[in-house]
Formats: sequence, C-alpha cells, structure tokens
Amino acid sequence: MPAVSVHGLTKKYGTSVAVNGLDLSIEKGECFGLLGPNGAGKTTTLRLLLGTIIADSGQITINGEPIPARARHSRAQIGVVPQIDNLDPDFTVTENLIVYGRYFGINQETLNHRIPALLEFAELSHKSNSPINTLSGGMKRRLTLARSLINDPSLLILDEPTTGLDPQARHMIWQRLRNLIQQGKTILLTTHFMEEAERLCDRIAILDEGQRIAQGTPVNLIQEHIEPHVIEIINNSESIRPLLADQQYCERVEEAGETLFCYMHSPDTLIQLLATKPEIRYLHRPANLEDVFIKLTGRELRD
Amino acid sequence: MRLPRPSLRFIPIWRRNLLVWRKLAIPSMLGNLADPMFYMLALGFGLGRLLPEIGGMPYIAFLAAGTMCYATMNTATFESLYSAFSRMQIQRTWDAILNTPLTLDDIIIGEFAWSITKSGLSGLAILCAILILGIAHGPNLLWLIPLSLLIGMCFTGMALIITALAPNYDFFMYYFSLAITPMTLLCGVFFPTNQLPLLLQHISVLLPLTHAIDLARPLVAGHNPHHLIVHVTVLVLYGLTGLCLAINLIERRLQR
Repeated sequence: MPAVSVHGLTKKYGTSVAVNGLDLSIEKGECFGLLGPNGAGKTTTLRLLLGTIIADSGQITINGEPIPARARHSRAQIGVVPQIDNLDPDFTVTENLIVYGRYFGINQETLNHRIPALLEFAELSHKSNSPINTLSGGMKRRLTLARSLINDPSLLILDEPTTGLDPQARHMIWQRLRNLIQQGKTILLTTHFMEEAERLCDRIAILDEGQRIAQGTPVNLIQEHIEPHVIEIINNSESIRPLLADQQYCERVEEAGETLFCYMHSPDTLIQLLATKPEIRYLHRPANLEDVFIKLTGRELRD
Repeated sequence: MRLPRPSLRFIPIWRRNLLVWRKLAIPSMLGNLADPMFYMLALGFGLGRLLPEIGGMPYIAFLAAGTMCYATMNTATFESLYSAFSRMQIQRTWDAILNTPLTLDDIIIGEFAWSITKSGLSGLAILCAILILGIAHGPNLLWLIPLSLLIGMCFTGMALIITALAPNYDFFMYYFSLAITPMTLLCGVFFPTNQLPLLLQHISVLLPLTHAIDLARPLVAGHNPHHLIVHVTVLVLYGLTGLCLAINLIERRLQR
C-alpha cells in the first residue's frame, strides 16, 4: 500500500484550474519532491491531501484512508511544515509545542517526555523559554519542523521548508530531513531549490499548470531530458553566437539575456573554440535538475 | 448552509486562549474593573445627583445594570472581532490548527466558548465594582454572572459573522457605527427606553442589548425579571444563529 495515492485530482478556483487531473503515488519511506513554477498547483495539492480544501474530482488515499472522508483521522498521522510561518507568536518555544501537541490530544506526560528530545533535534534547547519574536528565521523554521514531529507522524508534508533561509540554516534543515528519512518517515516536499530536490529526494515530479509533466529520480530526469554537458557563455557572446548554429559545437542553445546556455554530449570542440577567445567568460559544468526544470517549464517569469 | 458539529475537541483551543490570557490576566482584569467603575463613578455620582430616582432605583444603580450589559457586550465584541480576526488572518493560528486532527467547527466553537468565558470574567469584575461601590446588594446580584455569559454568547455570535466577512480590521468600524453604538444609545444603558420616540422604541425592542438590560436591571434592584423566557430566548437565538452563520461563512472563506 503506498503512503500517498492520488488519481485524477482536479481543483478549480472559479474559472482557473489549480490542479488538473493529477496522478501521484508515493511509497512508504520515500522522500518525494514536488517541483514547479509559482502557481503550478503544489500548495493546492498539499492542502487537498490534508483535506483542508475539497477537490472537484479525483481520489486521494493516505495510508489507505480516503481523503477527505477520513481526513481528520489521517491528519493525526501527518506532520506539516507550512509555507507561511504560523508559529503562535503569543507563546514561548516550549509553549508552542505544548499547545500544538494538545491539538492532537496528546497528554501532558507524553509531551513532557517528547518536547526536550524535539528541542534537541532542532538545536533549540537553549531557547526553550524564549518568545517566538526573538528567534531568527532559521530557528523559526527548525521549531516549525520540531512542531510537525510532535505527534510522531509517519508522513511529513513540507511546503518549501527552506525558502528564505541562509545556506547554513538550509544545510542544517537538510541534515535533519535526511535523519528523518533514515528513521523511515515518508516525506513529501515542495521546493524551488533544485539542489534541495537533487540532494534529498528519491523521486521528483515536476508540475506545471496543475499537471504532472515529468517524473523520475533526479539522475533519470537529467539523463532523460538533458545533454550531459552544459557550457554557459556568460558575456561577450555576440561574436560566437552565429558559430553555435553549427552542430559540431553543441546540440542545443538557449538564450537568457546576454548569457547562452549550450547543451552537448562532448564539450571538447566548443572549449577549444572558446580558448581562442579570451574576452569570453564561460562556465563548463555537468547538467543538473535546474536545466531539466527550465527546459520543461520555460524561462518566462511566472507571477 | 449546515448546522455546527459540536464536540469536546474545542477544549484545546479554549485552553490555548486561556494560556494567552493568563499572561496578561492582571492588566486585563484591571481594565474590566476600572472602565465600568469610572463610568459608574463619573456618570452615576455626577449626573445622578441631578436626576430623580428611576423606577424606584437611584440613578447609579440604574446605570450599573446598563453598564454591566454594555461592558460585557464590548468584551465579547472585541474578542470575537479583533482577537479572532488576528488569529484567523494575521497570525494564521487557525491554519496551523487545521493541519491537526481538529476541524473548523472545533476552532469556531472553541473561540465561541472562550469569548463567552471572557464575558463572564468581565461580568464578574463589574459585580465586584458594584459591591465595592456599595451600589447594590442581595443574592439576586449573583444572577449577573450567568447573565454575563448569556450576553457574551449573544454578542460573540454576532461579532463572529462580521469577522467572517471582514477583509481587514477597518471593516469593523461599520459594525461599531451601525450596530454597537446605536445599541449603546437606544437600548437603555443610560436612560429608560420609554423616553424614546415610539419608532425608536420599536427598533429598540428588536435589539438584543435591550433584552439583556431588561434582565439585568431588576436583578440589580433585587427583583425577579419579567418575561424571563422571552429575553433569554432572544439572546440565545442571536448567539446561536450567529455561530451557525459564522461557521458557514468562515468555511467558505477558508476554502479559497
């Protein structure tokens, strides 16, 4: 039985379709990433899974429980890190965990037992009695992650868990999430950071306009959609641009302002050419998930 | 339109609000006590000297009953407008709760119960003020506590509808200008409603604060209220209708 199973899920807001016939299947113990531009339907999908909004059509089951019919029961086994911070500003760090635990009907004795361990996990033991407004962005995110574990959930739903964090804080969250995956928890996360998805996720689905447009492991997605080498020609690209039409240098070129992205299987001929043009600054790197994402969803802004 | 689905799961939400209140309990209770005391002292003694007895009551006792209803109405109204709106829209507390096994009905009923509790505390503070100032005495005064819960219920239900519809805090000014202020002036807080022109008297009868005051005033005077069932029914109906409408409206609002 999969941890999460979604068939033909559709949700409309007025005339705009947020989720359009989505299918997903997430195995137990898997870390699954939902990627997509703004407005692709990621957050709507998560809210549908939690049963806080109701789909227009389609089926959802979580650990075999039908949603929304059994959503309340199902949520007892889920931990959520929302995109917008909603810690309780009227309380201290510890009070936040106590009050949230009570919403799950967890008794005080169990909470007294669990909370110190969760604070240690989030490296917040020294802040246990601090008010929320004295915490940094990274600390708040860690506390939100600790809060999501108060009911010892089997499934974690994380909506952009590291957005707005500095690199140190982000790495710390990643390390904690890996830790949770090792403990056997199932994780479903959305993110805009391709590096995050590549590092953490066993499988990824890319959404656009409410539909799944690609799915696979990070490595497979890159192999399937993108040539293995990328050369980014960062400046002074005018002199070289006409030459790139020739397939001997690269198979595919994309432009973003002055920068040219050249995709190819063997980079040597282009590198030799670039060696004769010292005024050009370029970067040679392996293809990554961001290349896949851009190829599939386009370069235009999505606001 | 559906009916509320009550359950005891509202208790953790009520306890959350209690825990917040406990941090500010002393200033909150002092406010509950001081505000009506100043009203009763200033108007009761100041204006009261110039006035004859009203219906066999000294003006300060007449005013004390009105003040008790008015202050309790305000407590319920502020809690269910500003505080509830903050938790719904600004702090996103309700969003956090909806990700747990609790439901929207649990949240709204929790808020409803909490606002009624706060109204009861407000009523208790005014009862203390009445006793401290020696305005009235007798066992009938104890009925002011359940009455303050009833008034809290009525005005919590009404205010939650406004919260459900509010795009921002400024919206609440409509409710104050069009509902709370007229009630304060037309329902007999400061003078008997039979002094009003007939048309305004007819309007006054439809407003819930009038019914609250018709219960409070005899209790302060040491009598038993007339038409007890009518007055109680009006207050309960306003409160429960408000609760029911608010749940439906907020459910629709959060689905967006």
